[in-house]
Amino acid sequence: MTTKSNRDGTFSYGRGRRGQHRTEEFRKVNILMKVPALKDGSFTLAESIAILLYLARKFKTPDHWYPSDLQKRARVDEYLSWQHVNIRGKGSKLFLTKVLLPLLTGQPLPPEKLESVTEELNIVLNQFEEKFLQDKPFIAGSEVSLADLVALVELMQPVGAGYDLFEERPKLAEWRRQVEEAVGKQLFREAHEGILNAKNLTADKIAPELLEHFKHQLLKQAS
Amino acid sequence: FRDKQTGRKFCSVWPSNSEGAGKVSLLKKVPALKDGDFTLAECTAILLYLSRKYNTPDHWYPSDIQKRAQVDEYLSWHHANIRANAPKTMWIKVLIPLFTGQPLPSEKLQEVMEGLSTSLKQFEERFLQDKAFIIGSEISLADLVAIVELMQPVGVGCDIFEDRPRLMEWRRRVEDAVGKELFFQAHEMILSVKELSNIQIDPQLKEQLAPVLMKMLK
Repeated sequence: MTTKSNRDGTFSYGRGRRGQHRTEEFRKVNILMKVPALKDGSFTLAESIAILLYLARKFKTPDHWYPSDLQKRARVDEYLSWQHVNIRGKGSKLFLTKVLLPLLTGQPLPPEKLESVTEELNIVLNQFEEKFLQDKPFIAGSEVSLADLVALVELMQPVGAGYDLFEERPKLAEWRRQVEEAVGKQLFREAHEGILNAKNLTADKIAPELLEHFKHQLLKQAS
Repeated sequence: FRDKQTGRKFCSVWPSNSEGAGKVSLLKKVPALKDGDFTLAECTAILLYLSRKYNTPDHWYPSDIQKRAQVDEYLSWHHANIRANAPKTMWIKVLIPLFTGQPLPSEKLQEVMEGLSTSLKQFEERFLQDKAFIIGSEISLADLVAIVELMQPVGVGCDIFEDRPRLMEWRRRVEDAVGKELFFQAHEMILSVKELSNIQIDPQLKEQLAPVLMKMLK
């Protein structure tokens, strides 16, 4: 989407895991110290969804990304709202638990922990399929939108952690294929290079403050 | 618009398993909107839909793309932060004891209040700063969404505004902008939620919901 629309903003979920977003420059841009962040002249913006919407409006991207039709747009908003706690929340919880927890503790992950986190993700995946996708090719209907983009990007986290959630979900797999095609396979791969190599992450590749931050997040989430 | 504002205020009502809500929203949650055949869940989506459909005054969701982005930024951050913590106070102090018949250990509330404190600090430092409202000099959907959630702890006796003068000032401005009467009307239920403790709940329903509710706390 970045290349297609000639935007300056880049979008890096994968890169965020390496600690690059902890440098001073990033701090100036974003007090919350989280990726992604956008800087447009003196205007700074955090929160990936806000950034996507801003870019879509500024560069007047094709209508289907954020449809002008009121009801289709509402469907996109509905998904973007729901996903925070659900797909995004559970997907990142699985990633943190499976990949980072063992790295931080130096101990293998207890199987019950992984089971329960996987179960939580599966519940929201069911909701995603039954409520948001249903029988449609995309969340808003017949065309891909920001909702599908955001959904798939978040779902790549558990995949990057080694949990192939598409394996036993043909409807979801088909949807993924279509979203990848709409975005462009190469661009998609490029964007997810980092996260798909997450399993090769070792503690020394992560900045110390970032490790601390993840520890804290894990404590919050994994109790 | 008045109706819309009142409707907005019920954003913080707890999930409902009733048949009616089930038909409107597959997620079985309130709030839910039904507009002819069109049904919609998620408070934020509903607010945006209504403000577009009824062409509400610009300041609610400004057409200026940078101001609009700031509203979006808040609405996004809100979910994992304020919304994740503030409603839990109500669950812990009133709703869960109501359904399980037992009060919860005070550490649980302590935990939640700490989480909420962290979010409130970020709210003040990052979003509010020295401005009158979240995006500047005029109220927007961001302030509405925030205040609705923050009234929940107030309703159960955790007055988060008490030691936070800047936040208290902001709340006063939001009340004024919305209209004091409307504001209190909308929050009547939340502010008298403690009276819920006197309601009798069907024992079967209690049994059914108790484990689900306990899980919710995690």
